[in-house]
Amino acid sequence: MSGAHDEHGHHHREPESVLSLRVRALESLLIEKKLVSSEAVDRIVGAYEQDIGPHNGAKVVARAWVDPAYRQRLLADGTAAIEELGFGGVDLQVVENTPGVHNLVVCTLCSCYPHALIGLPPVWYKSFEYRSRAVREPRVVLREFGVDLPESVEIRIWDSSAELRYLVLPQRPPGTERLSEAALAELVTRDAMIGVVLVQPRAAAAR
Amino acid sequence: MNGIHDMGGMHGFGRVEREANEPVFHAAWEGRVLGLTRACSVQHIFNIDESRHAIERMAPIDYLASSYYERWLDRNVRLLVEKGVITREELERRMAQLASGPDPAPSHSDAKLLDRMLGVTKERPHYRQPGPPPRFATGDRVLTRNDAPVGHTRLPRYARGKHGVIDRVHGSYIFPDTNAHGQGEQPHALYSVRFDAAELWGGSAEPCAPVHIDLWERYLEPAAPARSTS
Repeated sequence: MSGAHDEHGHHHREPESVLSLRVRALESLLIEKKLVSSEAVDRIVGAYEQDIGPHNGAKVVARAWVDPAYRQRLLADGTAAIEELGFGGVDLQVVENTPGVHNLVVCTLCSCYPHALIGLPPVWYKSFEYRSRAVREPRVVLREFGVDLPESVEIRIWDSSAELRYLVLPQRPPGTERLSEAALAELVTRDAMIGVVLVQPRAAAAR
Repeated sequence: MNGIHDMGGMHGFGRVEREANEPVFHAAWEGRVLGLTRACSVQHIFNIDESRHAIERMAPIDYLASSYYERWLDRNVRLLVEKGVITREELERRMAQLASGPDPAPSHSDAKLLDRMLGVTKERPHYRQPGPPPRFATGDRVLTRNDAPVGHTRLPRYARGKHGVIDRVHGSYIFPDTNAHGQGEQPHALYSVRFDAAELWGGSAEPCAPVHIDLWERYLEPAAPARSTS
């Protein structure tokens, strides 16, 4: 159980020490039953902490910005197009921002996200606040992220409910014509690939 | 099921709060839970749809009070007990043992398991499977079923009994509603369906904010074309 109830039925959170002990006990039992090894868990944790992250998706976006033919392939078949760059593990649908269309990705039912490409979702993406509100009042939510789009821009919300995951191809910011593909990738943030912010000409924060 | 997890459109939640420089995991145990979940998946102890449904079956008050990885931990224990892999008593005993002494489990190594667990992040997923040809095409108008199944479904409550338009035909995918309940994968057509905001939210809808949801063919009925307003 993740929680406990007192005699009045009120929920109270378990201390971190108990949660940590329960997880250690679970891992110990599964190792004893030869269903897992500590090394395998270590490697998965390490993969998400070091190898898999927004920097991978940023490479895909930058390539699409500099190579129109790649952009076409990416929009037509995201799964195959990211394999060209050595990425995989996800069935991918890429949706493109344009001057008239802004895309926003959410999973109202759980936390579906293209994590094999851009890493594990941030806490806010999994929050009740985002999941409940992004589909009903996307413009209000976007303003909370500092993005205020005119009503002439259509906001397309993608409620990710299947094993096909969504990645936003943001608009290339103006004034970046002379940047290299690698420098462009530096500008692309996680939040821009979810669709809650726009890519800025200079990376404001390492999100 | 009409669960607490089905949050699309709910009122009462506040601003979306972002955490600056958020770590991948907020505590070491969260990463262990993720790794153990991946192991259970590649060992075929539970599938993704059983896994989601187990979280949906948490008591609503627990669901709301728990963090994301607490829900994952609850899910893992729940399913491992239901599948007969462990017992709750065994888990409590092991917790007591670890609290007062060394880990009694002999170390275990499995190179193939490691490859399979890492492979999930690299290989094409297996959820897309051959199935019957799609009944609908891009541009077709559809009506979602108005149903309140007690089991797992990926048709959110806010989109039941609503008119939409097929935006894209994705191909045939494993059906969560059966796969979550030991009734087979039953792959069939998955579509992206576009709903006007006003169809979902009525007069309080924001302008120009259509919602697209990936929905299986069994959630959909054909609908008459929209009457022209011109």
